[in-house]
Amino acid sequence: MAAALRGSLVTLVKSLSGPQWQQLASRPLSLSAGLCGPEAPPARADATFKVTMVPGDGVGPELMTAVKDVFRAGDVPVEFEEFHLSEVQNMASEEKLDQVLTSMKTNKVAMKGKIHTPMEFKGELASYEMRLRRKLDLFANVVHVNSLPGYSTRHNNLDLVIIREQTEGEYSSLEHESVPGVIECLKIITRVKSRRIAKFAFDYATKKGRSKVTAVHKANIMKLGDGLFLQCCAEVAELYPKIKYETIIIDNACMQLVQNPYQFDVLVMPNLYGNIIDNLAAGLVGGAGVVPGESYSAEYAVFETGARHPFAQAVGRNIANPTAMLLSSANMLRHLNLEYHSQMVSDAVKKVIKQGKVRTGDLGGYASSDEFTRAVIANMAV
Amino acid sequence: MASHGAVLSVSRMISPFWGGRLGNTVKVFGPTVTSRRNRTMLPPPPAKYGGRHTVTLIPGDGIGPELLNHVREVFRFSCVPVDFEVVHVNSALESEEDINNAITAIRRNGVALKGNIETKHTMPPSVKSRNNLLRTSLDLYANVMHCQSLPGVQTRHKNIDIMIIRENTEGEYSSLEHESVTGVVECLKIITRNNSLRIAEYAFSLAREKGRRRVTAVHKANIMKLGDGLFLQCCREVASGYPDIKFDAMIVDNTTMQLVSKPEQFDVMVMPNLYGNVVSNVCAGLVGGPGLVPGANFGRDYAVFETATRNTGKSIANKNIANPTAMLLASCMMLDHLKLHDHASSIRNAVLTTMNETRLHTADIGGQGTTSDVVHSVMRGIQSKGQLTSER
Repeated sequence: MAAALRGSLVTLVKSLSGPQWQQLASRPLSLSAGLCGPEAPPARADATFKVTMVPGDGVGPELMTAVKDVFRAGDVPVEFEEFHLSEVQNMASEEKLDQVLTSMKTNKVAMKGKIHTPMEFKGELASYEMRLRRKLDLFANVVHVNSLPGYSTRHNNLDLVIIREQTEGEYSSLEHESVPGVIECLKIITRVKSRRIAKFAFDYATKKGRSKVTAVHKANIMKLGDGLFLQCCAEVAELYPKIKYETIIIDNACMQLVQNPYQFDVLVMPNLYGNIIDNLAAGLVGGAGVVPGESYSAEYAVFETGARHPFAQAVGRNIANPTAMLLSSANMLRHLNLEYHSQMVSDAVKKVIKQGKVRTGDLGGYASSDEFTRAVIANMAV
Repeated sequence: MASHGAVLSVSRMISPFWGGRLGNTVKVFGPTVTSRRNRTMLPPPPAKYGGRHTVTLIPGDGIGPELLNHVREVFRFSCVPVDFEVVHVNSALESEEDINNAITAIRRNGVALKGNIETKHTMPPSVKSRNNLLRTSLDLYANVMHCQSLPGVQTRHKNIDIMIIRENTEGEYSSLEHESVTGVVECLKIITRNNSLRIAEYAFSLAREKGRRRVTAVHKANIMKLGDGLFLQCCREVASGYPDIKFDAMIVDNTTMQLVSKPEQFDVMVMPNLYGNVVSNVCAGLVGGPGLVPGANFGRDYAVFETATRNTGKSIANKNIANPTAMLLASCMMLDHLKLHDHASSIRNAVLTTMNETRLHTADIGGQGTTSDVVHSVMRGIQSKGQLTSER
């Protein structure tokens, strides 16, 4: 009887998993352990998530070590697949890039340091950093600028989000010398990509319960290019009647940001403006060492620091601030549905900053990177 | 007009450098500045970033909120990369603001999971059914439900496996009713060639995709010779393009009789709106009731998932006795639509296994289990299969 039942179940399941219900290879399902009674069990995974890791140049590898140490201490079910890709250390090649891409295809999620781009022109206009971004189509860069309680700067209690388009605009790598002495550098703005980033910004605002989106532009000068961007933002805004939509010109935006940054909530902008505003805003709350960032495509998510600098002069000196990368790793854990671990890591980091005893040089302290990492681990309530 | 002028003047300015390619630029740019029509043509990209989807969740009334909370709990438990944007629709209000908000939310996310919103008959006739409004304004023309006998559920008929495809936007549901003379009310049933062809095409392509053999059109063309006649004719036209699939037609009254006496004979069924409503309820009853069968509404751009029979279940709300199977299976259909097939099948298998446990049957299928018992058993099922899937 039971066998017959099982048999019919099997056929049922088989008929259900017809051609279009075939399993796609994607990241392994992680499931929760410890089902304790009818109360809601925490989603603690007993399978591990694989995450691609590209430490990059400068202090990247040191920051990644901090992340790995903290994850190990916190028993976080994440396993890293490391790839060293660097243009300055001659460790970049097409094969390496392909390896990273293959790994990303299965893992979908990555942590990444900055891959340094040398200034001089060696026949290739697009850097590896940009090629990686383009291959993965990481169109949206999100930097959440949030003041750290306990570390006071000129502006406290700041909470704004900067969303940057990062696959077109000035970063198109289309430069040529039309006549000797005249270089044309093409800035590309497309309707599709502008709509996409605008929609991303509004979706982000909806998801995080924010109330205003401001588009940053220079449409008074670039009437067609930035004009198109603005128009797309306005069109998408119509779908979100509950979110206020405003526009501001880039130069004014910079001034307002240093004068009264509290007026902004979510900012959305094309590539180069985003680059500048990211750095400016990171400076408002403590610099490149404390602001986490992330890049998204439809399929992939890459977690990195908010202001992307290799900080090469600090290599080996044990002075880099791991805060940004640790907060970014906490964001990554949240993205992987590991809410519990994410909270654990970010709480520990914030606690250390708030106590103010262990701080790295950039925040006016005397602690080394290692000491900071150890303090975070000590404050983690496992 | 002014903006168009600006485009032209700028183009005149740069024309010496740009030469012949300029005409092209203006042509590409011109429509984007001037035409406001193509914005509605172009649906925005789906809300999917970094592999995580955002889905609109409309809890609705009755048992909807509790069932959808269970779905969220199961999703969270099995680490499904889906975030919900919850939009509440208050059915007690006469204004259409709430439902318009919900519709906008679906327009931006592309996909929704929904409990039924109550339609009170006491409301003034100007108040349209919220559910109907949502389906028509998003043009969700195809309602799909898949009725399958569950091995663990005792019913009169075994081996039922019927797919019902129902036209969702016109027919009797056109909301065109008026009193032409006092005491005479006319209610218009609309059948259009376009929509009939569209639903027939959908039915046949779905049948081919799922490897089905036969499509049956359900109609009442003997009485409504023109209206249902048109529908039938459209089905025949489409059928001629699918020689590998057998086509037949059946009158709706006979269909219901055949369904309760010999349901095994049916494969795929396609029909206009009201017949679909009746037939889908009959079929759901055949396999065990409204608590077991999931349903989906598809349009060209959007998809809304709900239980097949769209019951509000006011009487059993908040008693922890509603059967969560239909809603859980609907959420699996949604995961399949989002191409999260491995999550979908893991949850689906756990639900189907749970349904084989007589001990866990809820009251609607003759058991004494509670909703939360079933959900916890489903979670346990997902967990026990976890080790197998994590090997990859």
